[in-house]
Parts: sequence; C-alpha cells; structure tokens
Amino acid sequence: MSVTLSDSTAANRARVQRSTRASLVGLVVSIIVVAALAYGPYAFLSKGNQQNLTTLFIYIILGTMWNLLAGYAGMVSIGQQAFIGIGAYGIVYAADILGLGLWIGLVLALVISGIVAYLVSFLAFRLSGGYFAIGTWVIAEVIYLITTQFDTLGAGAGISLTTFRGYKPEIRIAVVYWIALAAVVVAVAVTYLLLRSRLGAGFTAVRDDATAAATLGVNVTRSRRIAWVVAAMGCGLAGTLLAMTTLNVQPGSVFKIQWTAFMIFIVIIGGIGTIEGPIIGAIVFYALERYVGDVGFWYLVILGIIAIAMVLFLPKGLWGLISRGGRLQLFPTGLRLATPLATPLATTTSSPTSGTPPTTSAEDL
Amino acid sequence: MQWANAVVQGLLLGGLYALLAAGLSLMFGVMRLVNLAHGALAIVGAYLGYVLVQKTGLPPFATIIVVIPLMAAIGWLLQSTLLNTALNKQALAPILVTFGLAVILQNVMLQLFTADYRSIQVGDLAGASIQITPDIAIGVFPLMTFVVGVIVIAALQQYLARTKTGRAMRATSDDREAATLMGIDNKRIYALATAIALAIVGIAGVFIGIKTQFNAYSGDTYLIFAFEAVIIGGLGSLWGTLAGGMILGVATTVGAQLLPSSGTLLADLVFLAILVFLPTGLFPKVVNG
Repeated sequence: MSVTLSDSTAANRARVQRSTRASLVGLVVSIIVVAALAYGPYAFLSKGNQQNLTTLFIYIILGTMWNLLAGYAGMVSIGQQAFIGIGAYGIVYAADILGLGLWIGLVLALVISGIVAYLVSFLAFRLSGGYFAIGTWVIAEVIYLITTQFDTLGAGAGISLTTFRGYKPEIRIAVVYWIALAAVVVAVAVTYLLLRSRLGAGFTAVRDDATAAATLGVNVTRSRRIAWVVAAMGCGLAGTLLAMTTLNVQPGSVFKIQWTAFMIFIVIIGGIGTIEGPIIGAIVFYALERYVGDVGFWYLVILGIIAIAMVLFLPKGLWGLISRGGRLQLFPTGLRLATPLATPLATTTSSPTSGTPPTTSAEDL
Repeated sequence: MQWANAVVQGLLLGGLYALLAAGLSLMFGVMRLVNLAHGALAIVGAYLGYVLVQKTGLPPFATIIVVIPLMAAIGWLLQSTLLNTALNKQALAPILVTFGLAVILQNVMLQLFTADYRSIQVGDLAGASIQITPDIAIGVFPLMTFVVGVIVIAALQQYLARTKTGRAMRATSDDREAATLMGIDNKRIYALATAIALAIVGIAGVFIGIKTQFNAYSGDTYLIFAFEAVIIGGLGSLWGTLAGGMILGVATTVGAQLLPSSGTLLADLVFLAILVFLPTGLFPKVVNG
C-alpha cells in the first residue's frame, strides 16, 4: 500500500509507503507457514505434536493480546487471567449447559468476555499506572471468587467440557489444533489491522503521551477501552482453547495469575511494542518451558531474572536484536518514506484528507 | 453478638493492613513507583522472623529488632541497584521489574521453604484475650498489632512532617527537578524511602507470621490488601491508609462470617464500591498524582 503526498511548492513527489520488501517476504512466508501447519495433521504432525503446537498457539495469542495492551496502549494489566477464566467457563456454559454446541459456544464465550471487559473497564480505568495493574488483579480475583459461588459451574471443584463427547480423540485433537491455528491467525491479524488503522495510531499516541494525544483529538479513554476489550476477547479465546485442550476447567487453574506472568515474560523476551515480538517470545518461552522447565521452580526464578535484565538492558527484546532495532518489519504498522526528498521537511506535511495515520513508530517504547 | 465481635476484630486487623500498606504508599508517594513485589517482601519479613526464631531461639517479638535493619538494608540495596535503574528507563520498566522481582522472590522462597505453611509460635499469647463484654473479647495479640500499626503510621507521619530528610522526601515527591536543584540527591532519598518502606513491611511480615500460617504464595493476598487500603484511604494520606485498612479489616471479618467459603470477596467488593463512588478515596490529599 502506498500513499502519494503531493506538494504544491516543489515539483518532486515523495512516496510514503507501508510495505517493504521484507514485509512482503514476511507475508508470503507467513502464508506458507500457516498453510503448511494447517495441512500438518494430514501429513507430518503427530497427535502429540499437534497438542504441543496448540499450547504454543495459546501462548502466542496470550502474548499478542498482552502486547496490544501494554506495548501499544500502554496499560499494564496483571488481571488478564480473568478473561482466560471467563472464556474457559463461557464455552462450557454455552456449549454444554445451554446446549448450544461447540461453535456457537465458542462465539458466545468471546462475546461474554468482551461484555465483561467493557463493563469492568469503567472500574479499572479509574486507576492508572501501577495501581491500574493491581486494580485489574483485584477485579480478576472478584470474578474468580464469584464464579466459584455458582454450583452450576461446579463451584470450587471445576467442571468438564463435554461437547467433544463422541469425537474420536485424534479427530478432537486435530479440530482443536485447527481452531487454535485459526485463532492465532485471527489474533495476529486483528492486532495488525487494528494498529494500521487510525485507531492504532491513536493507541501509540496515547501510550507515548496521553495529554498530547488528547489535544490532537484522540479520544484517549475510548482508544484504551477498545484495546482493553479486544485484549480481553483474545484472552477469552485462549481460555476457550485451554478448556478444549484440558476438557476440564478448574477455577484455580484458569484464573491463576501465572497466566499473566507468562504473558509478560513472552512479551518482554520477544520484544514489547512489535507484532513479531510476542510470536518469537512465545516460541522461546515454550521451548524453555519444554526443555528447561524440569529444573522446577528455579526455572521461574531464572525467567524472572532474564525478564528484569531484558527490561533494563534489552528493552526491545529478541526481535529488537533480530530486526536491528526495528529496521526490519514483517508486519509494518507505521508509514515510511520511500524516496528521499529533494526539499527537506517542507514536503513532510501530510495531507489530513488522506485518511492515513501519521507516521508513528511503534517500536520506540 | 458475633457481629459486634467481628467488627471489633476487623478494626484491629486494620492495624496490620495499615502496616502492610504504609510502605506501598510511601514508595508511590515519593517516587511514583508501585512496588508489585511488596506482598512478596512482606513474606520475606515473615520468613526472616521464622528463621530467627528457629535458629537463634530469639523470642518472636524480639526478631523484629533484627528484621527491621535487615529489611531496610535489602530495601536500600534494591533501590540503589535495581529500582533506580528501572526508574530511568521506559515508563513501564518499574512495574515490569517489580513484577519480575515478585516472581523471583516467591519462587526462591518456595524453593527454600517448600509450599508447606509455617507460622511463628508465640505460645499462650496467641490465645490470650481481654473480655470486654460477655460477647466481645479483644485478643491481646490483635490489639498489639493494632497499636504497633498506629504507632508506625504516627511515627512515619511525624518523620515526613518534621525532619529534614522527611521534608526532602516530600519535596522530591512534589517536584523532583526542583528538589534536585535545591541540592537534594534524589537517588539517596529514594533509597531511604524504600529502606523505610521495607522496614515497615518487615514488621508487618513478622506480625503476619505470628497471626497466621503463611507460605511463599501468601504475599499475593497481602499485596492486594495493602493496595486496597491505600486506595480506600486516598492516595498520599497515611491516616487515610489506616482508616482504609480498618474498613478493609471489618469487611474481611464480617465477610468471613457472611460467606465463609469466599474469603476476601466482600473486602474486594467494598474496595470496588469505593472505587466507583469515591474514586479519590476517603481522605484525598490533592497532590500531583
């Protein structure tokens, strides 16, 4: 996509564009990888590997959603487990208890996550910064405690997801795998499209300086609320996938704050404020968990130390290293100048009618 | 009259919550840093007390004399190395660093002490009480907790109001640049504030250890209580924090009577209600933040 900005004073034209050769290659490679993964269960993916990849996909979704909140909208939430729990319980409630089946159940679980997120945003948004973080946690605790009050939801003991009864295990595992794969594509694509939109430019403007953004006409609270609701629905989606993989929803397990800790680690390790970062982070996190996780609790200690070190000394994460400080973008959200200008600065006044967001560098967090 | 009894117990419990919250409030007030490791650090204090009693045979309350300087030293080190660095980085760095710290502390404690619940034994004192009316008895230990909470809050208030370093702390809080221009070393002030905050939370930790059983995960609940007390009381007001702690204490004990299965639900709901109807808390102090 390219936009041409005309300059009335100079004859030369500057082209501003979003895509680069790297991003085209990235798009093609992404499509090939997704297509190969989708075909996998027919050919080269064992049941065990499908389950492993499903877990990885859940991590990518969680990381992407937390990154949307913190990396783009500047809101650090430590209460996202609330929506994982709502998604997990939501699908059991809609699919089994209301008897609506898997697909409507899945959609309804997401809708419930979104509605709850919208409602609690009016509470959470009264706080900011670190207190917002703890406030989201309190809200998550309240949702957890209220959920366990309902006997229909199994109270404190948890509840099983029975909608897959009658499926052969290998079919169920493949179906869940495909849903998870589709969910990753949707989560990343929605985040990408959101950030490319006018709204996305608003997010980063709000994150970098809320007051300045407000004076430029960005509706700060509205942008934040949209990011919050989308991230909640994404976490709800991850929650439905958890319910589908474990087939059993335990309140203490779906509502645990460790989920948010995982999200934070994934985003920080991969690189906050980029779309690629959480994907890389999720892969690294999954690999660490799989191959180093058996050293027990020291594993989390080491992860904590790595995360702190990265926040302080490598704030752009692994993707920041790979992309040489953001020069390589597989999913470019900002605009860049394609041809050098003959007359400096004078031509950079972008036309307000073009409807494209101004250049916002998403990576300078 | 079990309700009246619950209310009295709750008011006394407020002293403990105030002890927990004072440090959180101080660090936020001075450097706008919300320490997500605050709850885990309270449990560090509890384990320090526990280990001292086990290894040296110190009387439980005497351990406080050792725990205070130890925690203060930890706070000073933490601030001068890690947290001051984090404060100079991107806006999210302090939150993320203290969150990482909480995870580290929790898991180190889990590794050292396992997930088994521990408590600091004080013998007969734990059950001792003063009968006020036939229905209401005030436990000696809860009363001690409350009195210590009030004394600490009062002392901190006086320190901030009347001493030179207290003034420097308030000045740094109001305007860091201007305070620095006046010759205040803000990094030193921050280190001092964190040292004081951790000393206080260390006291809270020992009281938690005596009051109840705890393990490495217990810090989560106490961070939430501390935070709720601060917000209920109003940011920047120490006496407000004490009042917030007492309201929260009553909500906890009454909630335990109403819904024994759901623990802290009522306390959390009271907090959310105050957030809706009195978003600046009970005793708001108009400051820039």
